[in-house]
Amino acid sequence: MTEEQQMIVDVARQIADELIVPKRAELDETEEYPTEILKAIAQADLYGLYIPEAYGGLGGGCFDVVLALEQFGRGCTGVATAFAASALGAYPILISGSEELKRKYMPAIASGEKMSAFALTEANAGSDASGIQTTAVLDGDEWVLNGTKQWITNAGEAQIYTVIAITDRAKGPRGATMFVVEEGDPGFTYGVKEKKLGIRCSSTRELIFKDCRIPKDRVIGRPGTGFITVMKTLDLSRPGIAILGVGLGQAALDEAVIYAKQRVQFGKPIISFQAVQHMLADMAIQVEAARALVYAAAKHIDAHKQEMSKVSSMCKVFATDMAMKVTVDAVQVLAGYGYMRDYPVEKMMRDAKILQIYEGTNQIQRNVIGQELNKEYTRS
Amino acid sequence: MNIIVCVKQVPDAKDVRLDPVTNTLARDGVQSIMNPYDRHALEEAVRLKEKFGGTVTVISMGPPQAAETLRDAVACGADEAVLVSDRAFAGADTWATTYTLSQAIKAIGGADLILCGKQAIDGDTAQVGPGLAERLDLPYVAYVRKINDCTDGSFTVERMMDDGYDLLQVPVPSLFTVVKEINEPRVPSLKGKMKAKKLEVKILTAADIDADPAQLGLKGSTTQVVKVFSPQLRGERAILAGSVEEQVDQLFQKLANLL
Repeated sequence: MTEEQQMIVDVARQIADELIVPKRAELDETEEYPTEILKAIAQADLYGLYIPEAYGGLGGGCFDVVLALEQFGRGCTGVATAFAASALGAYPILISGSEELKRKYMPAIASGEKMSAFALTEANAGSDASGIQTTAVLDGDEWVLNGTKQWITNAGEAQIYTVIAITDRAKGPRGATMFVVEEGDPGFTYGVKEKKLGIRCSSTRELIFKDCRIPKDRVIGRPGTGFITVMKTLDLSRPGIAILGVGLGQAALDEAVIYAKQRVQFGKPIISFQAVQHMLADMAIQVEAARALVYAAAKHIDAHKQEMSKVSSMCKVFATDMAMKVTVDAVQVLAGYGYMRDYPVEKMMRDAKILQIYEGTNQIQRNVIGQELNKEYTRS
Repeated sequence: MNIIVCVKQVPDAKDVRLDPVTNTLARDGVQSIMNPYDRHALEEAVRLKEKFGGTVTVISMGPPQAAETLRDAVACGADEAVLVSDRAFAGADTWATTYTLSQAIKAIGGADLILCGKQAIDGDTAQVGPGLAERLDLPYVAYVRKINDCTDGSFTVERMMDDGYDLLQVPVPSLFTVVKEINEPRVPSLKGKMKAKKLEVKILTAADIDADPAQLGLKGSTTQVVKVFSPQLRGERAILAGSVEEQVDQLFQKLANLL
């Protein structure tokens, strides 16, 4: 780690310990969006981590984002998701957007003054992105969007949305295009806020486009490149989800060890019993292994910028499956107390589940890994 | 608006130990932090700067390692840092400290506003802020919980009282000491930390501040510490448990035993 990266860890850790951890149970209960915490993150410059200096950011890479997200993820997966979703929304513009689009949108995203959100999923298009129904038709100098996006993180809170729509159905996957839609664009509204199992303080809503008209220059890249942009975006963002699993697994392990040292049964702290020790040891092994894999993946992505699909999917699967298992085990170590909302581990267990689902289910990640393996072994 | 914030490096209250021989605070190996009330003063200064423009200068009197606290302040939004440091300042009480700080503040040209924490958590005297204002012949308000406005050459501030607050109008320049209710201090920013790392802390010695040697340090102090000791615990404490009725019964029983 460089000195600057150590600073990122220090600042993010302080935000997690002082601002996120004390508020997370209340935010989970009230399902209130963590506006104040996100403001503090913005003030600490962390929204600009991955954005080039030319657009007001700090010019960091995937590993820098991972370091910050690990700390936020240790604090609360909901808050961390609300933060990370803005990067997910900004990546399409950074990856494929014109210089004008970058200059227009990146500085405000880098400062945290505005947030962004990424809109791919629809009712009939989840893992199978080819089921997209939302359309965009060029009408003079404007694109006209129609359709509904579902389960969009940061919907209603963000001001800048990157949205994929079909522009030429006959062309199949090459007929999809990404656009920037702004809050307040005519014909653009939000659906109701979803009620979720976990990450309850993050906002999840529909985006509804009814003859939504946006200027022609809001297209991201050339028409027809939407799917490529989406795939590149997700390759870059998945290590961020993976590291949320590491942070969460670490938090659950910390709670379990602290509890096991204090809880006395049969006259001894339960950490002295081998059955408990082995559970804790397995949890620690998995957290450490996942952390090593995610760090390696993020560094690989920063170094190569290409051929990142496989490693990106691998770390997402491993770390988020780990988080699910470790949080379930943490509840088991705390047993009856762990099941109660007075302790943080039941929330951690609820939060872990989404990590295996969003930004591509872990089954889809295994498809990606399998397909990449097939390609590699055909080449050699 | 140019603002000076006085900060003090103090031992972390989470880790306070007394030297068993001298009965003074053991400083070796104890983590040092910025006095928490000063952190609120700094935050208020940075917010005023963001609103009105100008600069925030942090100043501290202390040993060379107090520069770390000044860097911390820069990471949280201060622009300049001045360390007033000289062996001649050692052993200063609040009287000598206010003299030294006032000379240093004059040397750097003063400010439109000087902010201090209401007190330091190690000495707990709450004298340095007001004392400094007297030395600089400035109007001052202690226990400020809110700075409402600054217009037409005067501040409007709220002073926290036990039974409410006083609303006061004070001319520029002034000195305020602040309570923790005034704001929620921010965490340092990444750019701030990078700036703090590169920052050169300006050091002012006795010679730089045109000070009268007789008024500095232990020699210039009117307080002489004769002895420091921990008071003996007197009496026993007991916590009564049970229902209110049971507790009352127990209490009467205990009182009866004393009679």
